[in-house]
Amino acid sequence: MVRIQDLPRKNFLMPGNAACPGCPETMGLRYVGMALGENAVLVIPASCSSVIQGIYPRSGIGMPILNIVFAAAAAAASGLKAALEIRGLKDAQVVAWAGDGGTGDIGFQALSGAAERNEDIIYICVDNEAYMNTGIQRSSLTPYGAWTTTTWTGKKEHKKDVPLTLIAHRVPYVATASVGFPTDFIDKLRKASKIRGFKYIHLHAPCPVGWRFDPAKTAEVAKLAVQTGLWILYEYENGKFRISPLSRPYRDKSKRKPLVEYIRLQGRFRHLKKSDIAVLEKYVDEMWEFYTKLEEIYK
Amino acid sequence: MPRKILTGNHTVAEAVKLARVQVIAAYPITPQTTIVEKLAEMVEHGEIEAKMIRVESEHSALAAVYGAAAGGARAFTATSSHGLLYMHEVVWWAAASRLPLVMAVVTRAIGPPWNIHVSHEDIMDQRDTGWIISMAEDNQEVLDLVLQAFRISEDERVYLPAMVGLDGFLLSHTAMPVDVPEQEVVDSWLPPRLPRPYVIEPGSGVIMGNIPPDEAFYRMRHSMQRAMYNAKRVIEEVDEEYYKMTGRRYGGLVEFYRCDDAKYVVVLMGTWAGNAKEAADRLRERGIPVGVARIRYVRPFPRERLREKLLGMKGVMVFDRSVSMGRGGPLHAEVVEALEAKPSIMGVVAGVGGVDVGVRDFEKLVEDFVKKVEEEGRVYVNDYWYGV
Ligand SMILES: Cc1ncc(C[n+]2csc(CCOP(=O)(O)OP(=O)(O)O)c2C)c(N)n1
Ligand code: SF4
Ligand SMILES: [Mg+2]
Repeated sequence: MVRIQDLPRKNFLMPGNAACPGCPETMGLRYVGMALGENAVLVIPASCSSVIQGIYPRSGIGMPILNIVFAAAAAAASGLKAALEIRGLKDAQVVAWAGDGGTGDIGFQALSGAAERNEDIIYICVDNEAYMNTGIQRSSLTPYGAWTTTTWTGKKEHKKDVPLTLIAHRVPYVATASVGFPTDFIDKLRKASKIRGFKYIHLHAPCPVGWRFDPAKTAEVAKLAVQTGLWILYEYENGKFRISPLSRPYRDKSKRKPLVEYIRLQGRFRHLKKSDIAVLEKYVDEMWEFYTKLEEIYK
Repeated sequence: MPRKILTGNHTVAEAVKLARVQVIAAYPITPQTTIVEKLAEMVEHGEIEAKMIRVESEHSALAAVYGAAAGGARAFTATSSHGLLYMHEVVWWAAASRLPLVMAVVTRAIGPPWNIHVSHEDIMDQRDTGWIISMAEDNQEVLDLVLQAFRISEDERVYLPAMVGLDGFLLSHTAMPVDVPEQEVVDSWLPPRLPRPYVIEPGSGVIMGNIPPDEAFYRMRHSMQRAMYNAKRVIEEVDEEYYKMTGRRYGGLVEFYRCDDAKYVVVLMGTWAGNAKEAADRLRERGIPVGVARIRYVRPFPRERLREKLLGMKGVMVFDRSVSMGRGGPLHAEVVEALEAKPSIMGVVAGVGGVDVGVRDFEKLVEDFVKKVEEEGRVYVNDYWYGV
């Protein structure tokens, strides 16, 4: 794993960008810059990251960006990559950087298309588990029980497992990551940048505004998601599935922190009853059961 | 110059090949489908050195070629009807990004009920988007317009994407002789695309589309409008240059057929202009001085050209193959405005959904209109629905 002190000093995220304090998307963008450096070119659909860039003619992000309509990140990235390839810019890393809505809902068709065509791009879903840009509405990646402005009494359905659907597309690389573990994310990005074909990284990104927690605690909440076993870090690479070292201890249920530690910090879960928490705990167990089996199947 | 027998759709593919397009993305829809099929065949057989992105929808087709244009490639897509509507937000996005790009639109009706036949409702729906919009009369013009579209779209005075309309089935699936220029001739006239007006590539430092102050947004819209006005001149210039290269010229924004000594003029666009011209010939044989003004470019609209030629006419008849519900034919509305309704003007809505309108129909309609104007003096008809 790369060490923090070995990372490039150059900051690809300028002060004065338009993000909220404690924003996980800016954390993620900073790591993308550290991992891919000058080779990265971003394609960003409608999302908080469209706003974070700041006001034209300036920009708070030190990478070239093609903004694009909400549903079209993967398609626009496919075309951009084709052009750069034809023009001989072989080292360019075209990175689609989309929210959970832009990935799992409105952009899912374009994503599936690009994955099936095995486009040579890196697609990152920055998952803050709701439509934050428009004011915290539920997405299909909002977890069970969470309050949003379109699920006032808590969402009734579980989170859609988007990375699993990408494994079903048999693309060369699928990984999960978290803004709480930058070096793991950077390692995965760097590995992805060396693979030809479609690379998908799903970045868990706790949002203090939408999840209702103290903006000083973004990294802490992100870490707790992993340590409680709720968010599993893994890699699927050329048909092999491997739970990442950071998550491996939590195969053993007794090693996981209690889920309530994660839930307690977040206002979006404030109304949860014991029975709701039990539903989420069962979900965690089921996820582990499933992914442990998957690891055996895709050894 | 070799002459080939080509359908309109295969003509489009020939033009794309001649233009040395680098990135193609398109999605099947009748009557556009044979364009994407032919291009895929050309790419796979190595006849054309382009990357073909076999997208899962039209929304992605336009987004993909848009991304390619942003990356500095010459890019092309094609669609029809529902496909065009499905990509609509990207149509706007591409234009306001000021990137050169060309799209063929094989005109077709919009459902319900399902109807795959010719109508101009799909292409006319795009008038406000900021694309240059042209319409062909025959397959030769399809070839010429597609080649010219790249030249116009990539002109630094313009930098707007361009649509080339060709009528579903009437052109798309009808074989006609087409003079196809030699590759070297086209190459000398249409050099490779330059990485302008900007490119999204590592180190370029360019960010396209982040939030501007409202005043800056407003100014950007104004600069698009200026580019459209510039395009009027560029289109006429390109028409002349093309004439020098091929011996073919059409008159730029609008083709005036026998208008010089006419008292009555039919205004319309697309394939049925051929029937209107024949009707004009026949009426002239009977002493009625009729001409045809064929709109070649809906955007930019040839307002000044129409005024120069038609303000002094006794009567103008505008045929629309689409309707702006609650108003009437969209071409009619624009012609009425351009001519300040000074001549007698009659709007006719016809041919919508593929209904056939032949030479005799034009002949009869024009003759009746002329009679009415001669009897009553001034006539204004907003939307006469022929045959309903
Ligand atoms: C076609 C379309 N529908 C709706 C919107 C409004 N919209 C903009 S961003 C957004 C939500 C984005 O959510 P997500 O993808 O999760 O990104 P986040 O804002 O959370 O970063 C919505 C609904 C839009 N821009 N385009
Ligand atoms: S709402 Fe959340 S994700 Fe969006 S800018 Fe604010 S902190 Fe970042
Ligand atoms: Mg989101």
